[in-house]
Amino acid sequence: MRPTFMAAVFAMAAALPVCASANGEVNLYSYRQGFLIEPILAEFTKQTGINVNLVFAKKGIVEKIKAAGANNPADAVLTVDIGRLDALAQAGLLQPVTSPALNIIPSAYRHEDGLWYGLTTRARVVYAHKDRVPEGAINNVADLADAKWRGKLCTRSGKHVYNVGLIASVIAHHGEAEAEQWLRGVKANLARKPQGNDRAQAKGIYEGVCDIAIANHYYMGKMATNEKKPEQQEWAKVIRVTFLDQDGVGQHVNLSGAGVIKGAKNKDNAVRLIEFLASPEAQHMYATNNFEYPVRPGIKTDPYIESFGSFKADSLPLSAIAKHRKEASKLVDKLKFNEGADG
Amino acid sequence: MSALGTRDSDLAGGRRWLPDRWLLAALATAGLVALPIATIVFRAAEPAQNIWSHLIETILPTYMGNTLWLVLGVGAGTVCLGASTAWLVTMYRFPGRAIFTWALLLPLAVPSYILAFVITDQLEYAGTVQVTLRALFGWSSPRDYWFPEIRSIGAATAVLTLVLYPYVYLLSRAAFVEQCVELFEVSRTLGSGPLRTFFCVALPMARPAIAVGTALALMETLNEYGTVSFFAVPTIAAGIFDVWLNMDNPAGAAQMALLLVVIALLLVYMERAARHRSRYYATTRQVRALPQTRLPRSGAWLATAWCLLPIVLGFVLPASVLCAYAIDFYTVTLAKDYVSLALNSLYLAGWAALGTTVIGVVLAYGVRLSQHKAMRGAAELATIGYAIPGAVLAVGIMFPLGTIDNTLDRWSQVLFDYPLGLLLSGTGAALVVGYCARFSAIGYRTIDAGLSKVTPSMEGAARTLGAGPGRTLWQVHLPLIKPSVVAAALLVFVDTMKELPLTLILRPFNFETLATFVFQYASEELLEECALGALTIVGAGIVPVILISRTLSRARPGHLHA
Repeated sequence: MRPTFMAAVFAMAAALPVCASANGEVNLYSYRQGFLIEPILAEFTKQTGINVNLVFAKKGIVEKIKAAGANNPADAVLTVDIGRLDALAQAGLLQPVTSPALNIIPSAYRHEDGLWYGLTTRARVVYAHKDRVPEGAINNVADLADAKWRGKLCTRSGKHVYNVGLIASVIAHHGEAEAEQWLRGVKANLARKPQGNDRAQAKGIYEGVCDIAIANHYYMGKMATNEKKPEQQEWAKVIRVTFLDQDGVGQHVNLSGAGVIKGAKNKDNAVRLIEFLASPEAQHMYATNNFEYPVRPGIKTDPYIESFGSFKADSLPLSAIAKHRKEASKLVDKLKFNEGADG
Repeated sequence: MSALGTRDSDLAGGRRWLPDRWLLAALATAGLVALPIATIVFRAAEPAQNIWSHLIETILPTYMGNTLWLVLGVGAGTVCLGASTAWLVTMYRFPGRAIFTWALLLPLAVPSYILAFVITDQLEYAGTVQVTLRALFGWSSPRDYWFPEIRSIGAATAVLTLVLYPYVYLLSRAAFVEQCVELFEVSRTLGSGPLRTFFCVALPMARPAIAVGTALALMETLNEYGTVSFFAVPTIAAGIFDVWLNMDNPAGAAQMALLLVVIALLLVYMERAARHRSRYYATTRQVRALPQTRLPRSGAWLATAWCLLPIVLGFVLPASVLCAYAIDFYTVTLAKDYVSLALNSLYLAGWAALGTTVIGVVLAYGVRLSQHKAMRGAAELATIGYAIPGAVLAVGIMFPLGTIDNTLDRWSQVLFDYPLGLLLSGTGAALVVGYCARFSAIGYRTIDAGLSKVTPSMEGAARTLGAGPGRTLWQVHLPLIKPSVVAAALLVFVDTMKELPLTLILRPFNFETLATFVFQYASEELLEECALGALTIVGAGIVPVILISRTLSRARPGHLHA
């Protein structure tokens, strides 16, 4: 038994995975799930011959880069919200990049020094039941706190980055005191304790748990085209998407983006990757695969998403909004938002 | 016959052994295992914005309250379910008993976030239960009737109890199997009924084992993040991630992680206090088989139903739902290099089981030999990292590994002009180190519980015959505690197959395990797409579960003579 055991140990040791290093590669840390981004990365490799090595994680990427120090293997980071981009920039882990090809990205969606570039925007809109909520009944973020929605509003956890982003934008525009007043009103309107993801809110509307919900726009595309789970198409059918603040500051959007890590060993490849992600082709893939809005002007999105119409986005730079994430998060604590409406 | 209450000092015997080498080995092991915790202590001491005044004024009472209720609920639930079922299958005959002995371990193989998803799916508004109720009573909207909130602390407690009670079941069954028949017979002869025998003799005798199982279950409850956030129950673990990621305050998060450590230490202290002074071993190795009483008809069916309950809810339900999904969606999983995913998982789990068991043996034996309270304290402290969330522990592992890697790299460049790069943290080695750090509590506690039942006279005999501590361990203790060692290894194996947060962040590029593959989809609440992967995690857990159970059944000295 002993020799077999030892042989097994050696066999196990021999198979220890080692990260491959060849020329023409770029090492990418991604907050976006692999299966969502891999088709676009595959296209990049096909066109450039540069291999993309990927790790997907939701937490600890900042620490992982810091801990590796001078030997950090990662060249670029891909995020799905402004909060992560901002945290990476604040931690001093990104390096400035300038590229004529990236100047096409509107300035509100890129860092002023080129530390990060936005790739897609995600509008945090209102889903409303087509029959139970008359058109025009809700138009602004401020309306979410209106007492007429008492017991009729659904949303996910107030601590989720998308909601923290929304609250931060209210703080950025109106100050903390007014934001607190507003969030108190929103909390009072909650039909149930904040829970689930954005899809679960659509389901809540369909089931009659609530009439309106705060959610990201692209889930509508994912549900409406879901052929494997046709019940989700039914959820989408009863919902009308409303863009907010069209007569005011504009619709709040979140930003997915990318940046090049300080000391990246494959910096050129990393820049090429980001340039590719901002190219018309990749931007179109983002728009059709994941129903997000491309940051690059003039790219056709998915026809279903186009059916919502166009909208005016909030012009305040996202970095100015991201600054208020901390206060936003504390406000959620202070009001015990996640416990739902009182009584 | 039985030496309840023998004092510790017997262990050392008259002449003291030379524990030096073992003491050093155990101390060194403890030191290494404690590195992540030490890193987190250092991080907590970094200057940062003080979060405590904000937390105390606002949300901390909620975090503490939820954590406390969860710990109490899961503690009570796992003990009730685990100890009672273990007693039933050990002492009685009733329909299905032979299957239950191993099937009661099955829920261990189910990742808690999957059980959470499946149970919610069944119980929520659109789920089978409420649809049936509406059809029966003619209700048409959620406003027509009252139904308990599914995303609640109650449901979180139930789910965690269902996946964690097997720890208590496993350890208390081991204790029941190994105890003296004579004690029960004496109890019965003195006129006690079966219930009284259970509560007054069996339960106190098995208390250390039950306490260890419960401690492991509760440490896992403390570190749990995925399930509690799915049920929208903010616990201290949830607070840690909020302070870390939303408030960009890693030092504050580390301070909150230390709060979890303190709570875990309190639990460990209570466990120790529970068996204060007493040692629980039989002085003779009895060779009689345990008699199993045949239960009367009604009692037998009640016992069957009681054992079926956790198996059906904790295993059959999620496994069959996953099966149904897998049949519809297997192509998504198969499109990936499914076999290599499975091999990666099995391979890592194998290493983790080996590493953790060795650590457990060295620590537990070192503690036993040294007889120092301080040594035991060091081992407890070193393995307490199990109580903090995996992603936080991962950060505690990254920094020491990064420092070691960069130092080795510099030396190698100076001496051999050859860059080593990230030898540990850039490879799968980081994962194995991470698992060993995370699961050493399972290895140490399980093996320590096994060793505590070996009478010190064994050491005396071995020493009189001239064997040193190493040989005594190899030839006397290890064969005696083989069931505990096997149980520790297989528990860690199953846990590693399911492990997610640490794997996600410590893995090298392009490295996917079943758990990380499943999580990609599960994090989008797309469980259907990854059902085959999830089913494989569960399936891979079944074999170890059966192995554990077989080792246990054979552990009874009288087994062969029965």
